[in-house]
Amino acid sequence: MQRVLHIFCFGLLLWGSLAQARLEITVAGGAEGALPIAVADFAWQGEGTPPENIAAIIRADLARSGRFAPLSDDKLVAQVRPGQKIDFSRWKETGSDHLVIGQVQQQGTGYTANFQLFDLLRGEQVTGYSIPFSTIQARRVAHKISDILYEQLTGEPGAFATHVAYVTVDRRANKTASYKLSIADADGFNEQVILTSKQPLLSPAWSPDGQRMAYVSFEQGRSEVYVQDIASGKRDAVAKFKGLNSAPAWSPDGSRLALTLSKEGNPDIYVLHLQDRRLVRITRSYAIDTEANWSPDGKSLIFTSDRGGRPQIYRVGVGRGGPEGRPQRITFEGRYNARAAFSPDGKRITMVHGNGGTFRIAVLDLATNNLRVLTQSRLDESPSFAANGSMIIFATEVNGRGVLEAVSVDGRAHQRLGLRSGDVREPAWSPYFQY
Amino acid sequence: MKRLNTGLLLLAAGLLLLQGCTGPQQRPEDVPVEERSINGDQQAAAEAEAEGAAGAESTAMAMAGEFSVEALNNPDSPLSKRVFYFAYDSSDLSPEDQQRLAAHAQFISLHPDISVVVEGHADERGTREYNLALSERRARAVERLISVQGASREQLQVIGFGEERPVALGRDEASWRLNRRVELLYSGY
Repeated sequence: MQRVLHIFCFGLLLWGSLAQARLEITVAGGAEGALPIAVADFAWQGEGTPPENIAAIIRADLARSGRFAPLSDDKLVAQVRPGQKIDFSRWKETGSDHLVIGQVQQQGTGYTANFQLFDLLRGEQVTGYSIPFSTIQARRVAHKISDILYEQLTGEPGAFATHVAYVTVDRRANKTASYKLSIADADGFNEQVILTSKQPLLSPAWSPDGQRMAYVSFEQGRSEVYVQDIASGKRDAVAKFKGLNSAPAWSPDGSRLALTLSKEGNPDIYVLHLQDRRLVRITRSYAIDTEANWSPDGKSLIFTSDRGGRPQIYRVGVGRGGPEGRPQRITFEGRYNARAAFSPDGKRITMVHGNGGTFRIAVLDLATNNLRVLTQSRLDESPSFAANGSMIIFATEVNGRGVLEAVSVDGRAHQRLGLRSGDVREPAWSPYFQY
Repeated sequence: MKRLNTGLLLLAAGLLLLQGCTGPQQRPEDVPVEERSINGDQQAAAEAEAEGAAGAESTAMAMAGEFSVEALNNPDSPLSKRVFYFAYDSSDLSPEDQQRLAAHAQFISLHPDISVVVEGHADERGTREYNLALSERRARAVERLISVQGASREQLQVIGFGEERPVALGRDEASWRLNRRVELLYSGY
């Protein structure tokens, strides 16, 4: 029931956005050591054509993760209906360890997707589900199936049925620009523009329940922080103090926003209680303090500060009335470390790591202090973890244009999400939505 | 009062120094020196200008005379320079720019109706939010220098734009150096 409700809500949210996706994904990196899996085309029981090619979406999802090597279309043995006898030996000859079969049945105005996952070596079913859905939810159902398969086979939850927020910029010939804040499925489909402005937009941040987005907008000629309800579009300027209003970060319980404000003359970190608009100051320094991010337990913040002369990451405890303890520096490798974000389990942080004129995405293991640089590009920005912690999405430039890329935490799998024209930047990977 | 005196001294020092960097543009109005320079050889004129206290004095007088509102539109006025550039990740102003800002400070304090938006910008390297803060720090450095020399903070509005409004779109130092800047935008005249 939980899952059905979930899909229904999202269907409402994206009811008007069936237009073709504008973000195009290219899997740019290798799949060495990936698990071979065969996903047979789903059988169709109904009139006309099925709403989506569910198996193709699943294959693309699994390939993007870098953890799987789905059998290519031309090597698929045959379509198999659930309930039919499966020739396991023929499928095993394709080199696959696992097989997924399924079918989509039309039922009145809706559909039901059934699928089964088989272990080809043992010749037995691992799992099987039946999920009802409507036309608009077809892609989402495919992503949910990918999530189930991923979890069954890796032991970790999948994050295919999540979303990405990002900002696109179109520069016009007459020197004006159009900024759009959009959200899309994690595979780039179902793009929906939630805000358009002639002035810069940046730093989108999903609320933990996925219902609201905080961001920085220059629409009034300077930086202000807004919170927007995604479904209704209703929005509210929550910080428009003198000076900078920027870098919003939601507390894990969704009740507070960490912000950067310079109303006292210098950029410092504050916590805004959204219910009563109470503002609590967290840092006090003559340096730049910005880009706060909450630990998953909500007890501390990491932030960028140049109090030591160069931007580095610091951590400070947060109590109800203000900071707890003095900020402690946590990055020591490299001249420039900024815009850090916690992994969902709180064990690692990702950040922009600058060294020798390059700015790359790195992951710091907080227990071992081991820093790992995941990218080889020049101007990477805005890293954010997928909800399951397996991948990091970030912005970079390719041939002078802004694109999004995702890299697996082990650095092995890369994918690129690009636009046909203009720049795309400021990605934020959504949490799991909880309804 | 003591503070005001210090401010005036600073201003005077600034105006004297200003001569050194604006010399070439100032020459057409710089009558005594200019006459000789046209007839004589250029190097001699430059040397005379560099060492000559008289030259400096006359420049300062000319500038004081120029500080009507029209000065804003005069390409030869130090007020015509309204963009100030910075090194990477720095908000330090060069000595030359500090002198130019002294002229702006004097002008702004003499014209209380004028207001100035001090816009800070950064190049694209590093993170957007840090650059937003960095650009504001640059703008505040300029604001501080102007206000400490007598202009009212009421006349000045600081805005940090970070890397969001580049003037050059290239992805190399040639563009980046143009984007690391503070711009003074005058209004009310």
